[in-house]
Amino acid sequence: MSEMNTPVAAKMPSTEEIALIKKFLSDTTLFLGPDPEIMQNHDLMPRTEDEERAVGKVSDAHIIAKIRDRIQSGCDEGYEMVEQMGAAPGAKWGDVITGVYSASGDLAIASAGGVLIFSALVHHPIKFIIKNWMNDPTVGVREGDGFIHNDSRYGNVHNTDQSMIVPIFHEGKLLCWVASTVHEGENGAIEPGGMPSMAESPSDEGLKMSPFKVVENYQIKRDILTFLQNSVREPKLQYEDMKVKLFACLRIKQRIEETLKTDGPEALVSTLRLTMENVRAEVKRRVSQWPDMTVRTYIIQDSTLRENCVVKINCKLTKTGDRLIFDFRGSSPEFTNRATNTIVAGLKGMLAQVFLCYVWPDLPRGQAAFAPIEVITDPHSIVNCSYDAPNSQSLMSIFTGFTAGQHAVAKFLYSCPEKYTKVHAPTFNMINTFIWGGVSQHGETLGNLCADLNGMGAGATVDRDGEHALAPIFATMADIGEQELNEEEVPFLQLVSKKMTRDAIAPGKYRGGQGYTMMVATKDSEQWGFMTTAQGAKIPPIQGLFGGYACGCYPLSKVKGVDVYDVLMNEPHKFKHSIEELMNERPFDGASYTTHHMGMGFEISKRGELFMISQGAGAGYGDLLERDPAGVIKDIEEGLISPGVAERLYKVKFDPATLSINHEATAAARDEERRARVARGVPFKDFVKTWNKPKPPAHLQYFGCWGDDVGTLYVGSPDITRDANVPKPNYMRHPKDVRIEELEARLAQLGALAEEKQ
Amino acid sequence: MKVLMTEYLRIDLDTEHWECRVCNHDIGPATHSYKEGTLVHNRDPREIHPPILDPEKYRFTFSPDPEWVRILEYYCPHCGTMVETEYAIPGHPPLYDMEPDLPALKAQWAAREEIKDPVVGPAVVADQGHKH
Repeated sequence: MSEMNTPVAAKMPSTEEIALIKKFLSDTTLFLGPDPEIMQNHDLMPRTEDEERAVGKVSDAHIIAKIRDRIQSGCDEGYEMVEQMGAAPGAKWGDVITGVYSASGDLAIASAGGVLIFSALVHHPIKFIIKNWMNDPTVGVREGDGFIHNDSRYGNVHNTDQSMIVPIFHEGKLLCWVASTVHEGENGAIEPGGMPSMAESPSDEGLKMSPFKVVENYQIKRDILTFLQNSVREPKLQYEDMKVKLFACLRIKQRIEETLKTDGPEALVSTLRLTMENVRAEVKRRVSQWPDMTVRTYIIQDSTLRENCVVKINCKLTKTGDRLIFDFRGSSPEFTNRATNTIVAGLKGMLAQVFLCYVWPDLPRGQAAFAPIEVITDPHSIVNCSYDAPNSQSLMSIFTGFTAGQHAVAKFLYSCPEKYTKVHAPTFNMINTFIWGGVSQHGETLGNLCADLNGMGAGATVDRDGEHALAPIFATMADIGEQELNEEEVPFLQLVSKKMTRDAIAPGKYRGGQGYTMMVATKDSEQWGFMTTAQGAKIPPIQGLFGGYACGCYPLSKVKGVDVYDVLMNEPHKFKHSIEELMNERPFDGASYTTHHMGMGFEISKRGELFMISQGAGAGYGDLLERDPAGVIKDIEEGLISPGVAERLYKVKFDPATLSINHEATAAARDEERRARVARGVPFKDFVKTWNKPKPPAHLQYFGCWGDDVGTLYVGSPDITRDANVPKPNYMRHPKDVRIEELEARLAQLGALAEEKQ
Repeated sequence: MKVLMTEYLRIDLDTEHWECRVCNHDIGPATHSYKEGTLVHNRDPREIHPPILDPEKYRFTFSPDPEWVRILEYYCPHCGTMVETEYAIPGHPPLYDMEPDLPALKAQWAAREEIKDPVVGPAVVADQGHKH
């Protein structure tokens, strides 16, 4: 044994030595990666001396409210500018936010519309700039500077989103920051559109901009701009939107300067600080009105976008006094070579959306609304992934995490007398849309998506049906856009668009809002393709509420070996306007008809081939036997549900020709169904004896905890587990290798591989 | 005093029991999951979410895969009201979804009037904006 193993009394370094060690580490840092101290903290920074002094000088509630409204208007003005002038489809349809941040980097006031998840994320890169560049002689932060950022690991949803960050000075002193963030789309990743599902490492995810200076003296530096343009598929968009974001920031700066002239810097600083502190305090007060309780739920992802498997998002929400704690331990471990992981800040951002959009929409938009709420996860989890894990499809995990939060929160809100919205069943949560890319009919290289991802069906509420195709969960005031406008720039048509998908339902006393069908076919380019990135083709990605059902499943359908434009020209009667008819009737001779899960990697499409999907339905609320029969008939009339399905599920009796309701027969049928339930239902204690299993089923690749044991995570098999606190790699095999192996095994069984050398 | 906990369930703070709000049936002690006092049905999800595409022809049909997920339906054993649903992986133990802290609940409601009808919350109405 060597002396090295002999325990010695640890010597505590002196203050001088600690300072020396810190200086040594600071001077010799080789790489300024994402800083855990910044990235793991979503609470407000402590009051600075300047803020303390400003609050001491100006704290009149009326003055604060006046300035806050003025700054809010400035943010909304900046938002409008980006929305109107931005080149990215995301900008045009509201996937944008602008905001004013405190000198310490906290988002104090954000634009009212747009993607509020950004409100919980962009403070991270600003804090990185403050910590690392402010005092660095090679960088510095000066008046006229602007910083760009997109790498999610430094604080973002995914690398499609780019921010422009501008420091605001007053008489030479940094007063606050303004920033504008847009879902730009294209970023030079291995697939067009910026959200590659094929990414197997961060190196596949395109541009990875840590926060850096790209603007000096309010001018974009052309050399850096050219490098960025050269790194993406849409150089024109990259330039245009950098300018748009910069000018939006400058407009907000102008509004701030006007406020400084009329009210002075202390009034502004105090407004920013008190807005955040007051919102934070109000959130804690509101939480205290909820019942003290623990609510458990889980949401299942049924794929990694590369293969179907079962990926658990486990959520325990506990409220005690004025504390609210989201515990996501037990969720799936991160995938080392799949893109569906998220950094924990992304998850927190989406949870902030639950509150800002669905629970307390009256609160001023900003970081403070989620600041006091706590979040716990396992290390290297799918909802708190490591630096080395790809996360370009983090939407899969932040959206299912959102739904877990929305589902759990509803169970707290029902009994709370103080409400700011109605109790709400989960809204649909997947981006069922087409991402596209290639060379357009105008010869331009493009890569982006259809804004139909914004058409998620809303969940039903306590007293009414969910609205159809209402809004995305990440931006409740976004639009689904005008497809016809898009078609002027892209070489494909949506041959069927905005038509509700019949029988893709979420039944309940109040049914969920439904989703619509999209059929696309390329027309004027030989270099064009599509991808889809959604889960939920085998397992619904949401839960119902209080006896309501979730939505069903949503696959991708393809029809190949046909030019549908020729069909429309020569045999138009053969074209059908629903996926149901086209796929079941197979009207095109010689064509192939196939179905797939919704994780289609980028695929080149030939002219006239059909790719068909549907947006999804929000969840239903309450027992479907309590649904007003007139509501069921209205659904039939509106083509949401077929008469046979309506009668079978809702037990409504009506005349098939006139749809007139037989109320007596309906009441009798519903009574009979209630009796049938009592007859077929099994007492819980007997049910669990046969239902409960000690491990996940062997026929499923299962990831996450099983039951209440959150300390043990299953990793793809009932026989492979790991300690939740001990991270390990979690590699998936290439789906084509798996398929080839299956087919080779069959060939071997038939003796067809006997001659092949190994 | 009784607290309305969900669309179909309330807790009697005096007896500390879950009750059905439709038929007043005593579901069971509120120190346990209300599910323990219900009847459960293991529902094939295809019955609720019917296949839109012909299952004879296609792998994916718009229906959930019954080997991957089931719907657990929880019924009041007296009136048959479906008080909750749970989309569950086959064999996954049912969740103890609502575990209230009864002493805290009693303390909280000691300062409140009993509410007989649920508070539904404000509706979003057009033209309710800021005006001056």
